[in-house]
Amino acid sequence: MALQDELTKIKTDALTQIAAAADLNALNDIRVQVLGKKGSLTGVLRGMKDLTPEERPKVGSFANTVRDALTEAIEKRHAALSAQALQAKLAQETIDVTLPGRPVHRGTMHVLDQVMEDVESLFMGMGYQVVDGPEVETEHYNFEMLNVPKDHPARDMQDTFYITPDVLLRSQTSPVQARTLEKHDFSQGPLKMISPGRVYRRDTDDATHSHQFHQIEGLVIDKHITMGDLKGTLEVLARHVFGPDRKIRLRPSYFPFTEPSVEVDVSWGSKTGSDDVTSKDNGWVEVLGAGMVHPNVLKSAGVDADVYGGFAFGLGPDRFAMLKYDIEDIRNFYLNDQRFLTQFQQEGE
Amino acid sequence: MLVSYKWLNDYIKVNEDPVKLADQISRTGIETEEVFRRDEGQKKIVVGHVLECVPHPNSDHLHICQVDVGESEPYQIVCGAPNVAAGQYVIVALPNSWIAGHTKIKKSKMRGEVSMGMICALQEIGFPDSVAPKEYASGIWVFAEPHTPGESVFPLLGMDDPVLNVDITPNRADTLGMHGAAWEIGAMLDEKPHFPEPHITETGADIHTLLQASVPDSSDAPSYNLRIVENVQIKDSPLWLQVRLMNAGIRPINNIVDITNYVMLTYGQPLHAFDYDKLAQKEILVRRARAGEKLMTLDGNDHDLVPDDIVITDGQKPIALAGVMGGLETEVTDTTKTVVFESAVFPPTPIRKTAQRYNLRSEASSRFEKGTNHADVLTALTYAAQLAGEIADAQTAKGVLSPTAMKVLPTVVDISIDRINHVLGTQLTVDQVRKIFDRLGFGVDEADGLFTVSVPPRRWDISIEADLIEEVARLYGYDNLPSTLPQATTTVAHHTPIQKLIRYSKRTLLAAGLNEAISYALVNEQEAGQYVQAQSVPTKIDWPMTKDHVALRQSLIPGLMDDLAYNIAHSVKNVQLFEQGRVFLKDDAQTVRPNEVEYLAGLISGEWQSRAWDTATQAADFYLVKGIVEDLLAPLRLSTPVRYAATDQYPEMHPGRTANIFLGDTLIGFVGEVHPAQTAAINASDTFVFQLDLDILLNAAKTPLLATPAPKYPAVTRDIALQLPETVTNAQVLAVIHDHAGAFLEDVQLFDVYKGDKLPAGTQSLAYTLTFRNPEATLTEDEVNKAFQKVSDELVDALHAEIR
Repeated sequence: MALQDELTKIKTDALTQIAAAADLNALNDIRVQVLGKKGSLTGVLRGMKDLTPEERPKVGSFANTVRDALTEAIEKRHAALSAQALQAKLAQETIDVTLPGRPVHRGTMHVLDQVMEDVESLFMGMGYQVVDGPEVETEHYNFEMLNVPKDHPARDMQDTFYITPDVLLRSQTSPVQARTLEKHDFSQGPLKMISPGRVYRRDTDDATHSHQFHQIEGLVIDKHITMGDLKGTLEVLARHVFGPDRKIRLRPSYFPFTEPSVEVDVSWGSKTGSDDVTSKDNGWVEVLGAGMVHPNVLKSAGVDADVYGGFAFGLGPDRFAMLKYDIEDIRNFYLNDQRFLTQFQQEGE
Repeated sequence: MLVSYKWLNDYIKVNEDPVKLADQISRTGIETEEVFRRDEGQKKIVVGHVLECVPHPNSDHLHICQVDVGESEPYQIVCGAPNVAAGQYVIVALPNSWIAGHTKIKKSKMRGEVSMGMICALQEIGFPDSVAPKEYASGIWVFAEPHTPGESVFPLLGMDDPVLNVDITPNRADTLGMHGAAWEIGAMLDEKPHFPEPHITETGADIHTLLQASVPDSSDAPSYNLRIVENVQIKDSPLWLQVRLMNAGIRPINNIVDITNYVMLTYGQPLHAFDYDKLAQKEILVRRARAGEKLMTLDGNDHDLVPDDIVITDGQKPIALAGVMGGLETEVTDTTKTVVFESAVFPPTPIRKTAQRYNLRSEASSRFEKGTNHADVLTALTYAAQLAGEIADAQTAKGVLSPTAMKVLPTVVDISIDRINHVLGTQLTVDQVRKIFDRLGFGVDEADGLFTVSVPPRRWDISIEADLIEEVARLYGYDNLPSTLPQATTTVAHHTPIQKLIRYSKRTLLAAGLNEAISYALVNEQEAGQYVQAQSVPTKIDWPMTKDHVALRQSLIPGLMDDLAYNIAHSVKNVQLFEQGRVFLKDDAQTVRPNEVEYLAGLISGEWQSRAWDTATQAADFYLVKGIVEDLLAPLRLSTPVRYAATDQYPEMHPGRTANIFLGDTLIGFVGEVHPAQTAAINASDTFVFQLDLDILLNAAKTPLLATPAPKYPAVTRDIALQLPETVTNAQVLAVIHDHAGAFLEDVQLFDVYKGDKLPAGTQSLAYTLTFRNPEATLTEDEVNKAFQKVSDELVDALHAEIR
């Protein structure tokens, strides 16, 4: 039974060594020394050929249990040492998580474009088509079709850049109204449109004036459109852009292409009742002009003013942005100082 | 227009707080910009009687005055005004008083003499220069009549009168007179205004013996009326009248001129006064000017008249530009004895044009342009004569000369209650609406809900249904309107293809890290021709305001370069911008209207990636910008291949680092480095730009997107490194590879470019990975080797490549 003793010794020694193995390399060395081709256990097993046929199965079976026990012990120890090694590695890999992340390039949409897209999506949601029009307009569409004949004093309200006496840079987005009205087939349903775009006026650039700015024109024409609908629509707009608690109020005004014409104030701050009705300090601030489309405008476009009617409004994205973000100088929009532009990075659509 | 609260109270009882009233007016009618009281912030300013006035011993211009200010003893006040004199009643700011501009007046010593306050000019107590009478413009104000010393000057000078500054829209010129304003405010307050009827006794000669008048073409003056007043005493107007004018923003001149202004402010009807004795012939004729005629107007300026001008002549020559300004020659002066008052209706358009032509916008011309109340043209004339009797001791000649006259009738407009409610979305009753028309002073008949409204001539802005609806709406109150949304048939809104492409382009560039800019579309002369990719000439505006903005842009890049210059000037060196907008292109100078083409452009200057703790600085370069363009174009699925061809056609671009971008044979844009001379001029670092024509991209053929399954069979790759003459381009190599690698070539990637010491001069090394795949089967080594060999051979043959 010498072989069996030897196996028992190998097992005892090996188990001690395995338990003592300090790292994976040491453990591997033990595995090779014991279970490898030239290992001690393998050596003992080679001596089996000298055993009697009766002894062989017994010793063989015993040898197998020893090998299984050792293999299992090695595996266990391996797992333990691996875990230890991983721990050590992870500990070494610790980084300063407060170092800044690598920058990702992301541009900022121009704040005016943000305002325009915002208003656009609101109205598209209500079924308004977005219509573009030319920036170089004819006097015909910019004025005549909008009930502003030649030499009408209302032409003084907006000083216009001319290219020739008949061709000009549009001073408003309203000509798109006239163009769309002329083309619209009312048998296909009502006309609901908005038209954002650039407009030009002969103003000297300063903090509140710019020879180039933006407008968004809105127009709804159908058989039963009321001034109450205009009020309700503008309320939706004011609350969407400036906040859900806003109120609006209409004041009489004059635009040649609407009658009645109104200017629209939005509630602002908490104070009311100052004498300056257009100052932010008194609780109201003027945001846009609107009205019921003048019958002459409908007639000029070949629409039956006895059957169809509706409202129009025109708002200034520049003014909206200035109010909403407290921007004091309109020139900021067109000088494109990158520090100004990038501050408007915000969640959007 | 400035509306005096006290004057208003002559016609209607108004008790409302002026500020509240102003707000109410803004809400129902005309915008009120402000309410001011001249005495605001001032106190202890009283009448003083100058008892004694002697020169200051230590000064060549100061006077020492003993002034009775109502105290037991006179106050000694040192005064520097040249016109101060004993006996005058003056404005005294007492010690510890406040005068205009938050200035406190204290007892002081002036060159050794005690001064108990200050004797004031009107300007020192808040009157603007423009209204202070000329004779007191550079001195103290002197009351014409005695007043009680110590009495506050505020009521005497109308400074306690709240004045509403209303901003009148062109359609409401009816409120450019106090009567019109009273009607408007009365309607709002439900108060009927009352106006005294002017009355005169005609004690002078028969006007027909004094003067003839004619208007050969009645359209030049549809209503033309003259009165003559005789034995006029020209002097200052009484204080009450001067105060009314000053509170209305008009400078008192003399009683006759003041009368014309006062009557204009009362009725909104401009008047003119001629000096009768200066009329060459006693014959007034209204006609168009003749070529070569001249007129010197009241302001002293000479004008060469044109036949479009309507003029008043004295039978020989023009003496006034009708409705715009009188002539200097027939001006009323201190020596005037007989005055011709003119009250007329002139046609708006010629008046407007004449006023514009000579830059002579006046209170009168602006009223004639917008219209006047035709019903008051004679009333105003009578009132002028009445006032001349009262304040200029004049006698009125018998009769009126009226070579033309107008029939002035109310305008009748029919409207139904249903129509009103239909447009406003309201449920107003007949009674409610009738009440509103009544408040406005409109005549109204009603039957079965149909109103026949008789609108008086003073409201010439009203002629159609919509005008009446507005009156009802504003007096009913916009606050009372319902708030609803249109109940129209559902409409479907969608973006048009170009709107989609624009949105896609913006979002792509934003994601790439470029910031959106919006630059000026009007550029200067030089910029108009720079960075232009199309054959086009600039569209110039007719009358530019500044040299900076004279023509419409033909390229977006000049604007972006301006933005870059602005940023550099403000120490922002690394700039990444893009702009989407229109350029304006036309073939030749004869074409008036340009094509408006949607463009997209980008600019990157300086560092793209700034130094960070683990990142090296990366300067912008050509390939960065080209990569952005490629990334933008790829998802468009353009059917025709895009190619980049070196170009030196843009003088503002680096001749060796610029490529035109072609879609097939169509130029769609360019990409490259801005010429160093351009960047040096604005101290910018190397700057790279691109520009694309979105309209061409919109209309270009696209390959529809249809799915292909993910590959089932493996790909095989082969690397090839080539030593090539330096002149051979990547595009040439790619063309050879694509043409000869056979059907299974899936992709070619350039993975290395080398030029330098390790290669013979004049050569470069390019290395590519070729990927082969057969979508139907696994490729064999042999197939790949054959294809690869073919490519290699052709590269050697065609491009003199040396395989490394």
